Amino acid sequence: MFDHVDLTKLIFGRLTLEAIPYQEPILQITFAMVALGGLTVFALMTWFRAWGPFWRDWVTSIDHKKIGIMYIVLALVMLLRGFADALMMRAQQAMSFGDQAGFLPPHHYDQIFTAHGVIMIFFVAMPLVTGLMNFVVPLQIGARDVAFPFLNNFSFWMTTCGAMLTMASLFVGEFARTGWLAYPPLSGIAASPDVGVDYYIWSLQIAGVGTLLSGINLIATIVKMRAPGMTMMRMPVFTWTALCTNVLIVAAFPVLTAVLGLLSLDRYFGTAFFSNDLGGNAMMYVNLIWIWGHPEVYILVLPVFGIFSEIVSTFSSKRLFGYSSMVYATVVITLLSYLVWLHHFFTMGSGASVNSFFGITTMIISIPTGAKIFNWLFTMYRGRIRFEVPMLWTIGFMITFVIGGMTGVLLAVPSADFVLHNSLFLIAHFHNVIIGGVVFGCFAGITYWFPKAFGYKLDAFWGKCAFWFWFIGFYFAFMPLYVLGLMGVTRRLSHFEDPTLQIWFVIAAIGAGLIALGIGSFLIGMVVSYRNREALRDLTGDPWGGRTLEWSTSSPPPAYNFAFTPRVHDTDAWADMKAAGYVRPLTGFVPIHMPKNTAAGFLISVLSAVFGFAAIWHMWLIAGLSFVTLLAAAIIHTFNYARDYYIPADEVVSTENERTRLLGTQG
Amino acid sequence: MSAQHHESASAALHGRNDDHGHDDHPAHEEGHDHGSLGSYVIGFLLAVMLTAIPFWLVMAKVIANPQTTAVVLLAFAAVQVVVHMVYFLHMNPKSEGGWNMLALIFTTMLVVIMMSGSLWVMYHLNHNMMPVPMSKMRDMP
Repeated sequence: MFDHVDLTKLIFGRLTLEAIPYQEPILQITFAMVALGGLTVFALMTWFRAWGPFWRDWVTSIDHKKIGIMYIVLALVMLLRGFADALMMRAQQAMSFGDQAGFLPPHHYDQIFTAHGVIMIFFVAMPLVTGLMNFVVPLQIGARDVAFPFLNNFSFWMTTCGAMLTMASLFVGEFARTGWLAYPPLSGIAASPDVGVDYYIWSLQIAGVGTLLSGINLIATIVKMRAPGMTMMRMPVFTWTALCTNVLIVAAFPVLTAVLGLLSLDRYFGTAFFSNDLGGNAMMYVNLIWIWGHPEVYILVLPVFGIFSEIVSTFSSKRLFGYSSMVYATVVITLLSYLVWLHHFFTMGSGASVNSFFGITTMIISIPTGAKIFNWLFTMYRGRIRFEVPMLWTIGFMITFVIGGMTGVLLAVPSADFVLHNSLFLIAHFHNVIIGGVVFGCFAGITYWFPKAFGYKLDAFWGKCAFWFWFIGFYFAFMPLYVLGLMGVTRRLSHFEDPTLQIWFVIAAIGAGLIALGIGSFLIGMVVSYRNREALRDLTGDPWGGRTLEWSTSSPPPAYNFAFTPRVHDTDAWADMKAAGYVRPLTGFVPIHMPKNTAAGFLISVLSAVFGFAAIWHMWLIAGLSFVTLLAAAIIHTFNYARDYYIPADEVVSTENERTRLLGTQG
Repeated sequence: MSAQHHESASAALHGRNDDHGHDDHPAHEEGHDHGSLGSYVIGFLLAVMLTAIPFWLVMAKVIANPQTTAVVLLAFAAVQVVVHMVYFLHMNPKSEGGWNMLALIFTTMLVVIMMSGSLWVMYHLNHNMMPVPMSKMRDMP
């Protein structure tokens, strides 16, 4: 039996030198740029002796604020990758007409649209939302960290390792060519025998563990660690939406894990869950993945509704209109999001009764969402509105999202969906709600909470540039797709024959260029604000006249967030404290009990990434070894009892005295 | 005002120490039921009975129709789940301030939605994707 064991095969599996795409000029240039960038960062880090602090203060950190920031950095880096894919697609579609083939062969183009979807949803939108929740929620509820600080660090590194695996597919092997949900039979072993789908499966499985754990963590934090007096109906709206989103995560993500698990059984062990023969049913995959997929879009958009609620009430200098209706609307959306999944496959063959049931439930969701829009409008009505950058994003959102919502209701009509299904109209619709909702919201949130995280505001000029480029660019990029979709152009095409369509794609490409300027302005704004940070400095901790507890502590907050746990008497706790003439306590500080940093999360995640890579390439020896090591590392970590320490009272006193001094300089 | 907005120093310290955060309701400890020897024995006996009866039903072929047997077995399994939750996991409507009950209701609701929905959808799909003559197609639901 052992005659057949081939050592090379055992170690390298199906990985050979041919898997490195050194014939592709686009990938060569990308690789050269990535390598150059990587070397520069490496050299700079070494030159400034930054590796030690980087390891101690960031990689092993279990401080929810730093983890939140790292999530957002991950999302911004991945945004650049995902957006590069978008630019390539827009350029290809604007060029590839008639005799012109464009610059991307279909084989490559298919990988790009798959990677674009996967990266934008899992590694841009999800980390942005999770990062904001991680940073803000403990501060808003007056807690010192999340409920399980180690798990938080572990979740972050699992997400990052998933993202790294996706990125690795660029230079080693290739990514899936199936579209972002990898429907079988196309993603089955017969139609996709290469590693692309395996990269897809293992990146999402590894990142999915992180997402699920972070969901559990934040639910426990919100349920168990609220400051005394903060009843459920006194929680800030962002915390409410974060709670509902994490409930959705915990309920929905196991479905994704299970369905991808079944797909990998089909691919690795030849089972027949989703195959065309042996009684398999590919339609079951579509059904199951949308049971996860529809809640997923609400996972992204609910926290963003929370961000807008905070911003609208802060910048209108007024209590949020209809707090309790906002909460109930959020809860109703949470429940309804489980009743609509079939609207993603109206055309798959269900009868009229099924289709009309899911069509109606889908339309019902627009009621609580509409209620939210009215609440924001009524909050602004007769408020003292300050048109700062976060408020611009909010108003841009309200206009854009309503348009996206209306095309969504249009698509919810099954008979209309039969015409528009799989067309560019659908593409325009979901970009309309995801860019107009999630992306605008996350940029609003980043601008709003940036001074809290770093102690200085973002530059307003570049912030406004970013907003206007994104806002106008969005309409240029996606309104043409509505037109094309209504004319019947389907999605995921890399070549067109009809030259009359070209002008619309050219307009869309110009829109993508405008969005590129928006992203550029945002990045320039970061640099400009950093250089100008002394002028933009926030010494009070409350730069916008905020209403919730995160604004009651300094910017950036000390490691322990609050020297004393605040007591809450009203919905907008900090606004209430300010109105009641709150005086900051200056004495009586005691040592503060805090969790200790650990490298375990990082190490276990790296081992998972190694395991994933080995499983993709069928390197069974390495896969086995890394899996056993992974389990061992997880078990050994449970014996680590040195998990906490006390911040001495002296240190608390000096930190708080420094804050007193800074507040004094403000007069 | 300042005193009202803050816990006393010792309470703040305690809030970190018990690692459960700072719950407002004092019933925190009362919510936990750690069980007694009696309750464990009752739970054990119920669990054994609920395992033995289905075993006997299958082995002795008590019910002629295997499909009916399967349904009865599933019913026993459901009761078994409840027995475990009550006697071994010490769940009751009041434990953890009612959060356990809420989570249970939510989970049950979602599982029912997902399972019944999937069955309905897949039944419909299979039904409609079968090859049918055009004349029959017009009468489809």
